[in-house]
Amino acid sequence: MLKDLFTIFIASAVINNFVFTRYLGLCIFFGVSKKMETALGMSMTFTAVMVISAALSWLVYRLVMLPLHIEFLRIVLFIGIVAGFVQFADTMLKKLNPTLYYKLGIYLVLITTNCIILAVPLLNADNNYNFLQSLTLGLGSGAGFSLALIIMASIRERLELANVPKPFQGMPIAFIVTGLIALAFLGFSGLITI
Amino acid sequence: MQDALHPDLLNVVLKSLAFMGGIGAVFGLGLAYAAKKFAVKTDPKVQAVRDVLPGANCGACGFAGCQGYAEAVAGDPNLSPGLCAPGKADVAALVAKITGKAAPEVIPMVATVFCRGGECKAGRRFKYEGVKDCRAAILVAGGDKTCIYGCLGYGACEKACPFGAISMGPENLPIIDREKCTACGVCVAACPKGIIHLTPAAGKVHILCSSHDKGPVVKKACEIGCIGCGLCSKGCPEGAISMDNNLAVMDYAKCTHCETCVLLCPQKTIKDMLDPAKEQAERIKLPRKEPQAKAAGGK
Repeated sequence: MLKDLFTIFIASAVINNFVFTRYLGLCIFFGVSKKMETALGMSMTFTAVMVISAALSWLVYRLVMLPLHIEFLRIVLFIGIVAGFVQFADTMLKKLNPTLYYKLGIYLVLITTNCIILAVPLLNADNNYNFLQSLTLGLGSGAGFSLALIIMASIRERLELANVPKPFQGMPIAFIVTGLIALAFLGFSGLITI
Repeated sequence: MQDALHPDLLNVVLKSLAFMGGIGAVFGLGLAYAAKKFAVKTDPKVQAVRDVLPGANCGACGFAGCQGYAEAVAGDPNLSPGLCAPGKADVAALVAKITGKAAPEVIPMVATVFCRGGECKAGRRFKYEGVKDCRAAILVAGGDKTCIYGCLGYGACEKACPFGAISMGPENLPIIDREKCTACGVCVAACPKGIIHLTPAAGKVHILCSSHDKGPVVKKACEIGCIGCGLCSKGCPEGAISMDNNLAVMDYAKCTHCETCVLLCPQKTIKDMLDPAKEQAERIKLPRKEPQAKAAGGK
């Protein structure tokens, strides 16, 4: 059981890293990886939202959608759940913890329509994961995304100072770097054989 | 032709409608409840002040961006409404009006670079081949400039300026656009040599050197640096110039722009910015020379 969860965690965080092997969530990845500070804020918010939305989606999917046999609606539903939850968290944070709200509030809104957030509940549904496994996949994906963001932010902070040829300055060099990291992440494939 | 709808299909459609409708209603009601329950009362003054502020988020006021200052100035009755440097007197008056405070007197300031030792006036001690940034260059034996106090010319201030008011000139010295400059002080903090200072915009005669070295040392390092001869200090009819450790320092409150010091200075360190045409003429006279470091980087 525990081994199973560990496998899911490692697989989602490293081997099937959403950014580097599945190429999802790239817009946020390039958008907020310019500075370490924003990258860290985004990572934390992202992981929290990911785990909670995975749990909520699992509950609705298992308890309502499966008995009613309307699984085909899941994409629409999962988007709705994430958006609703994020909006709710936004309002609540503003009241209960304004400091945290001003630190993480802008990221919350960005997350609403992120594809990784949508992919996690969909994968959970496709793989018939139980509740704990769903949470673990959410946590692992969050950790994987955080890892990607932090690696990228630390490289891009250095790139700022590097003498990059003019045509490659800005986004192009960021894409090249991402490609190289993705190649490196291929090295993790085969780490765990199921 | 098929007769009517398949009963199963109808069933699914109805179930889906009920389900999505139900979920929508739950979320709608939940969010409405949350919005009501967790409503945050915002002071309309905050928004009004925020709209008046320039929105550059430069941090010159000492708060985290314009929003931070708007909240602080609306909430704290003792906080001065004149802390927004980019907004100058106009914004200070508006903020004072919104918050019901007395309008403060704001002296317009402008950033001034206290170094004129460009590439052809002060050379390089060695060839620096590193990250093209002042803060990196200064780590290598205090920078490659012959004058240890002088501008390194790698443009940390240019990159830092949130208003695009600084450009690196032909001599690799920053040229500050005094119209665009809002005196936010970001470049003052960014310069590792500390040679950018905020000066009153009305003060036009500047002693543009930061070197505290003794005369012979300055002469060797830079053609245009202050050698601390004290002629200006002695000659100034207003007593506006004092000598501080081999460097002449201007008291802008006393200066009357008589230009005596400009004529007296043997090094031409003192510059008169009263007449833009004169300044322009002088700039054209300077020979253009690509800095060594840039040429090396382009290879």
